[in-house]
Amino acid sequence: MAIREKLSGNEAVAVAMKQIEPDVVAAFPITPSTEVPQYFSQFVASGQVRTEFVAVESEHSAMSACIGSQAAGGRTMTATSANGMALMWEMLYIAASLRLPIVMALVNRALSAPINIHNDHSDSMGARDSGWIQLYSENNQEAYDNFVQAVRIGEHVDVLLPVMVCYDGFITSHAVENIEILENNKVKEFVGEYNPKYYLLDENRSISLGALDLPSVYFEHKRGQAQAMIDAKQVILDIAAEYEKLTGRRYGLFEEYKLNDAEVAVVVLNSTAGTTKAVVDKLRSRGIKAGLLKPRVFRPFPHREIREALSHVNGIAVLDKAEGFSSAGGPLFIEIKSALQGVSDMKIVNFIYGLGGRDIRVEHVEDVFMELKDRLAGDEGNMVNYLGLD
Amino acid sequence: MTTWHDQSSATYMKLDRQREHKVNWQDEPPGGVILRPGNSKEFSTGDWRAMKPIWIEEKCTQCLLCWPVCPDMAIPVEKGERTDFDYYHCKGCGICVEVCPFDAIDFVREE
Repeated sequence: MAIREKLSGNEAVAVAMKQIEPDVVAAFPITPSTEVPQYFSQFVASGQVRTEFVAVESEHSAMSACIGSQAAGGRTMTATSANGMALMWEMLYIAASLRLPIVMALVNRALSAPINIHNDHSDSMGARDSGWIQLYSENNQEAYDNFVQAVRIGEHVDVLLPVMVCYDGFITSHAVENIEILENNKVKEFVGEYNPKYYLLDENRSISLGALDLPSVYFEHKRGQAQAMIDAKQVILDIAAEYEKLTGRRYGLFEEYKLNDAEVAVVVLNSTAGTTKAVVDKLRSRGIKAGLLKPRVFRPFPHREIREALSHVNGIAVLDKAEGFSSAGGPLFIEIKSALQGVSDMKIVNFIYGLGGRDIRVEHVEDVFMELKDRLAGDEGNMVNYLGLD
Repeated sequence: MTTWHDQSSATYMKLDRQREHKVNWQDEPPGGVILRPGNSKEFSTGDWRAMKPIWIEEKCTQCLLCWPVCPDMAIPVEKGERTDFDYYHCKGCGICVEVCPFDAIDFVREE
């Protein structure tokens, strides 16, 4: 029987970490992710886990320690936010390119400057090209479930990539919700032992990692890395199916909410999807065929599947909680537009919203749907819009 | 799906020297991990050379001052005596030329 609990998002992830009991956790505190290593270090101190907790002096060191530990053959985890992950930047790419399946809780927070500790997605969106798998979580339950699955996804022999589990700072990380967690032994059984094929402490085989890679082979290694990201899509689905058998909770590459017959739809990540579901219900009760598509997997990006799911919709509004500064729309918008390239008779607009934790409420999402309906009725307007700004 | 075999990257470095491009990305181990230790000696650094040290055996007293200063271990020593340069690895830095008290190492332009 699953255990019913009341946990904040950070607590839920720390509990998942405890149940997985990795070999090493190396982390440096930064709001709003601080609680994850804080709770976890208490589990270490009280002897509930045998994990080696490394209290490092910076996030660059945190990710470096994770790389060393995972390369040595240990299952390794960390947590961070915003500027903390920015300081990891160099090492993020190295972790992915050395094909080390580290798992990280990335508690989404706005990047400085000006300094802001509240939620948006500028941190993880900036890292979208780093080679990490990115899973997004609407609420505490999803953060917990994604974290448990992340271990299996990253370590799969066809993948071998690090995974970041993203959830909204404060909104998800600090709000307490009722959730269902698995028993310790069920989690242990699900994740299994970590058995890497190549690792530095293998006494039977000496290997070198991170050697100079000249033009004769570097390109090949990048191609292999790209293939791992391509293959990860099926692995994510297979592991989700296995997880569903265990928990009854269904995960895919994205969630569709009343999208089947939708004429207007919103595409949005993380907690705002919850707000959007309420708006969809409200609009449906007024006879408006509204729907939602919430990507769970942003890297690898499921272009083909999203195209199939959205191609019947007349009007789509993509909500981005990151500017991206491309001058042509936010990062999610660009991906969705690319997925829908060539689909005719469709209006697609972008709304940048909630930067630096600006509250997004039911009325705002309702305005988005209304604007979309106006556009479909022939109103001219900008492709890229800023929600709530005059 | 990706497959890989236990092959050494050094094999491919050799191929590259011959300007043949026979590396198959599917065969490369993930992350470019090197599975056979000590293979850096198979990599030629000799073609980096602009200047070339020439050992003048008649002048050499076998003092062996050159041997420990060579950064590339390109001065092979057999039975306590140095032999001719290992030009496969010598980068032509000229430190041995500087250190030799007997002018037993000439330094010429690499042709």
